[in-house]
Amino acid sequence: MGGYARFVWPCFGFACTVLAWNLWSARRFHAAARQRAGRTLAMSDEN
Amino acid sequence: MWTWFYRLASPPHVYRVAATLIPWFLTAAAFAIGYGAIAGLVFAPPDYQQGDAFRIIYVHAPSGWISMFAYSTMAVAGAIGLIWRIKMGHAVAAAVAPIGASFTVLALVTGSLWGRPMWGTYWAWDPRLTSELILLFLFAGVMSLRPAFEDSNRGDRAAALLSIVGVVNVPIIHYSVLWWNSLHQGATVAKLGKPSMPPSMLLPLLSMMLGFMCFFGAVLCMRLRGEVLNRERQATWVREAIKS
Amino acid sequence: MNVGRPIGAETSVGARRAMMLIMHRELCLSFRRPEQLLQPLVFFLIVTTLFPLGLSVQLSLLRDMAPGVLWVAALLSSLLSLDSLFKNDADDGTLEQLALSGQSLATIVIAKTLAHWLVSGAALVLVSPVVAIGLNIPVSAFATMLLGLALGTLTLSWLGAIGAGLTVGLRRGNVLLSLIVLPLAMPLLIFGAGATDRAISGTSAAGALYFLASLCVFTSTLAPFAAAAALRIALD
Repeated sequence: MGGYARFVWPCFGFACTVLAWNLWSARRFHAAARQRAGRTLAMSDEN
Repeated sequence: MWTWFYRLASPPHVYRVAATLIPWFLTAAAFAIGYGAIAGLVFAPPDYQQGDAFRIIYVHAPSGWISMFAYSTMAVAGAIGLIWRIKMGHAVAAAVAPIGASFTVLALVTGSLWGRPMWGTYWAWDPRLTSELILLFLFAGVMSLRPAFEDSNRGDRAAALLSIVGVVNVPIIHYSVLWWNSLHQGATVAKLGKPSMPPSMLLPLLSMMLGFMCFFGAVLCMRLRGEVLNRERQATWVREAIKS
Repeated sequence: MNVGRPIGAETSVGARRAMMLIMHRELCLSFRRPEQLLQPLVFFLIVTTLFPLGLSVQLSLLRDMAPGVLWVAALLSSLLSLDSLFKNDADDGTLEQLALSGQSLATIVIAKTLAHWLVSGAALVLVSPVVAIGLNIPVSAFATMLLGLALGTLTLSWLGAIGAGLTVGLRRGNVLLSLIVLPLAMPLLIFGAGATDRAISGTSAAGALYFLASLCVFTSTLAPFAAAAALRIALD
């Protein structure tokens, strides 16, 4: 990388991290929402 | 003709449409980012001034663009929720905020790492960098304001108003390099007419932009589905929807 | 509840007279508690003292950081007083009465904000020469400093009105208010301190002052409506 490797690779690495975090966080958020919705439905079924 | 548009106000419809869009967005993102990153890192020739350090542009420029696009989306979605009282507008605004903030951080960090070899410093209080940092603070403000209200409707509307007030920052970021003497380089791609980059450098960049946009769309849809469920927990359509 | 101007309402009081009445009320209330007026000013004096004490710099260096110190202190002490802009009236129900009075909320916001600026921002501007001497700002820069602070504190009052309107119902709205207002106030800080800085070094501060003035005009025209919308959200 012409001497700039220690700047270029961390940039791409951090970009991968951010993209991965976005995917993981969105999935987790949706999964938690599903769980909460399931609980709400279960509670209303009991009543 | 406009029914597809009106249906977007319906939560179950949004939930379904988002689900179908996600795999398309992700696939497109994978191909575009894959090509863009490989071509940008390996096949694009080194810049005559910046050498190989210019390759950071392939993550820095798209992330900066997405950060501004995300904030604008948040403001527009909030406005739709505020003015026309369409709840899905607030759902989109809430979903976009953390995504936009993460890309703002990415833009700031990659920019900082690029600044060190090019300008000799990790940070400068130059108009574009400062206004991008302000963007991050604006995201933080909106994300803090929404949950502060006990009534979530009120929270949504207050957050929408704040994001609209802050949207004035977005053109400032974009035009800062034109309006002030800035360390940051001027427009390379968005100039009307010939961009100042040769195709071997430009095509991977455009591909990365497209890839990041598709990725943004995918993640937005994923988060939006979660937001819709959280807001519509009591509705009858949810029962069938979460079984799948 | 329909807030703002009820449809078909006829007001016997015109907008200008209503503004005068509200401002008069605000000023009366403020002067009834003089200690509440003095606290932000004292804070301003103390904060500007902290910097030279903490950094123990020579006078020449102090002059270099003076504009920044002055403006940051002005910003922070303005934030302190902003919380009370709508909160007291919201707590005892006066705000709702004002909203139902038939005057537009924007009129009410303008009156309250201007009154607030008179007792906080304008007071700050009057006290600033004292602080400036402490920070070794030369007298030749005073005119620019005073004009800049006057424009800046007014802009800040408008921005603060938006923030105060958004956070009026919240329990711990103080910190959130700062979090909302400070990013919006950053351009103000940049140009305000820049203007004073240029005046100190002898170059023309006209550009920065024009920019400050344009920021002030921009916020003066739009902020009342944004703050009114924020209050409507809180009152609905």
